[in-house]
Amino acid sequence: MNPGGGIRLTLAGSLLVLSGLAQIQNQPDDGQWIMAPKNHASTRYSTLNQINTENVRNLKPAFEFSTGTIRGNEAAPLVVNNTMYIVTPFPNFLYALDLTKPGAPMKWVYQPNPSPSAQGVACCDTVNRGAAYDKGRIYYNTLDVQTVAVDANTGKEVWRTKLGDINMGESITMAPIVAKGKVLVGNSGGEFGVRGWLAGLDADTGKIAWRAYATGPDKDVLIGPNFKPFYQKDRGTDLGVKTWPSEAWKIGGAAAWSWISYDPDLDLFYYGTSNPGPWNPEQRPGDNKWACTIFARRPETGEAVWAYQMTPHDLHDYDGINENILLDLTIGGSLRKVLAHPDRNGFLYLIDRQTGEVVSAEKFGYVNTIESVDVKTGELKYNPTKESGFKTVRDACPAPPGLKDWTPSSFSPRTGLIYLPHNNMCYEAQGTQANYIAGTPFVGMKVRMYAGPGGNRGILSAWDPVKAKTVWSINETFPVWSGTVVTAGDVVFYGTMDGWFKAVDARNGKSLWQFKVGSGIVGQPVTYKGPDGKQYVAILSGVGGWAGAAVSGGLNGVDGTGALGFLNATSDLGKYTTKGGMLYVFSLP
Amino acid sequence: MVFPWCIDREDTVRIRCTIFLACFLWASCQREKRDIEPSPARLAVFGDAARQSDLRPGGPVHPQHVVNNPYNSSGYDISEGQRLYNWYNCSGCHFDGGGGIGPPLIKTTWIYGGEPANIFDTIVKGRPNGMPSWGGRIPEYQIWQIVAYVRSMNGLQPTSATPTRPDTIETNPQNLQNRTTGETK
Repeated sequence: MNPGGGIRLTLAGSLLVLSGLAQIQNQPDDGQWIMAPKNHASTRYSTLNQINTENVRNLKPAFEFSTGTIRGNEAAPLVVNNTMYIVTPFPNFLYALDLTKPGAPMKWVYQPNPSPSAQGVACCDTVNRGAAYDKGRIYYNTLDVQTVAVDANTGKEVWRTKLGDINMGESITMAPIVAKGKVLVGNSGGEFGVRGWLAGLDADTGKIAWRAYATGPDKDVLIGPNFKPFYQKDRGTDLGVKTWPSEAWKIGGAAAWSWISYDPDLDLFYYGTSNPGPWNPEQRPGDNKWACTIFARRPETGEAVWAYQMTPHDLHDYDGINENILLDLTIGGSLRKVLAHPDRNGFLYLIDRQTGEVVSAEKFGYVNTIESVDVKTGELKYNPTKESGFKTVRDACPAPPGLKDWTPSSFSPRTGLIYLPHNNMCYEAQGTQANYIAGTPFVGMKVRMYAGPGGNRGILSAWDPVKAKTVWSINETFPVWSGTVVTAGDVVFYGTMDGWFKAVDARNGKSLWQFKVGSGIVGQPVTYKGPDGKQYVAILSGVGGWAGAAVSGGLNGVDGTGALGFLNATSDLGKYTTKGGMLYVFSLP
Repeated sequence: MVFPWCIDREDTVRIRCTIFLACFLWASCQREKRDIEPSPARLAVFGDAARQSDLRPGGPVHPQHVVNNPYNSSGYDISEGQRLYNWYNCSGCHFDGGGGIGPPLIKTTWIYGGEPANIFDTIVKGRPNGMPSWGGRIPEYQIWQIVAYVRSMNGLQPTSATPTRPDTIETNPQNLQNRTTGETK
């Protein structure tokens, strides 16, 4: 007998458990859903496990609610204090539903009355991706470039702040987060020649505390003495000016239209910037910083701490805006604080979130436009035969929406896998002269997209971030344009554009349950614990967004270049679904 | 009015000479005329032709004056319309007629009317759900040329005047109108 050894073992065991708990992916979870990404680490993982792989086949609808809108319903519902909050596409209504009463009747609706003209500067349908709750208020954005704070109990407006101008092509579609008392908001408009920015608003008053542009001189980008990019290629002064032709940075895009994550221990938040404008790369020789870049910044000041430009001189509309899931992973024997970023360019990056060093970058699907990413220099190697420009390029993969667009993935600490909803499309294109006329598109590219290898336009992949490889995948007819959520019951939920809401086994992708909803799904599933203690799963149906514009915009498929070329790949969508926004909530009987 | 060259002539010659020169100069003026603001424009925007409703209270009315596009039937004007449609970024939202940010322009039903005056009116005034107001930004004769091109996509212009040669990988008005179905395929 060796009591000392036993104690050591116990201690080691406790330390393992403690370090396990301390890992950022193990976020506290009270069964609510208070921000679109679920938590600041953006795991979209729920510890609820009443619904599991055995009983999920018994899921039944609990209640439904029409959003009264016919454009793409991309938002994640929030659940806070037994109330569900839903943001609609334009006109951006905020509905509050009382979950304590049978049928979840409406408590109130808040109508911000955005300018209808804003619909003319929404590149990819008049969508909204959701809200954030903090300290008794709901924060979200309107299409006409405003942020609003609404009292979560009464539905009364607390403040509203105008952040930009639709006449400059700006709009907002993203879901904000709140970090250290700042509401973080970025603009949309990479197809309208905007100058991209991300702003920090004081949560109490709505006052703009700081605004970090993504192009222009360092002082505008909030780059100062503490800015330490990991790679030589991202170092230098005023790169946001010098990597553009004269003055082009003023209309160079790099909008921050999508997800934000926050690490409270490092006090850094992370987000990506969009494509540079115009799409036609021959009109903007240079690296075009800071487009297609991940920034790490301080929430209180907006100050940049590091940046990594994934795709310099973007040739294919590979925005860098996809989600950054914050994970602490053991890689090569040591624990690394990383962010996992599945980029539109087809590479899934693991990046050290303290320094900006690329730990690994591997393709998670079919990519022929880029050959490789060198983790030593941070540089990617384009395939010269697939470069776009005034000439015609054909069979370039992935297509402009990327191997994966904004649709957020989820991570399960139980399986260690990332569940990626993504695309499988290629394209052909020819550049044209883009004219800058403020408030109109600034693209300069005729595009036609079509299905990639295999003919299926979408894939759900389970990705092992440590081994950097796909564990299982499911082919879908259309691009998988919904988010995913994964639970402690080892169930992954997602939706398809032809109108199926699906549950699959997180470990092997086995189909467990599906339900046909009224319209195609481009929203984000969430799961929560109701006031009755039961686990519920909620999803907005209502096809639209860039991928669903063929139906939501009533487009005519005879012109494949419609909807920036997406129409060529989705002109048959109208045979599978019709438009109409509807909330579906499911539970076990 | 008397022209100096005609002064030292006998009366009949002087009169004939004056008439001839007057006609010649008048024709020259016509040739050099710039039709920057054709008169139907105001009527299109403010007049009866820009009505948005088929429902007219008070019972049947007499047929109203129809505003014709003064740049209606020439291949040059439709071709210019196509160039300007891209130049002013109409194609940025409506693409080659399939639509995207804005509604399709190859269609069988028009939200705000498909007559030349309606389309002119839409471009000049804008529409409430995102169509910008281009009045004062594009010369009116160019707006009429764009109107002619937009209608040509739907086969509403004489085919003899519609260009057949595509400018880009897909733009080909005659092919498009052959494929016009008003529905997605």
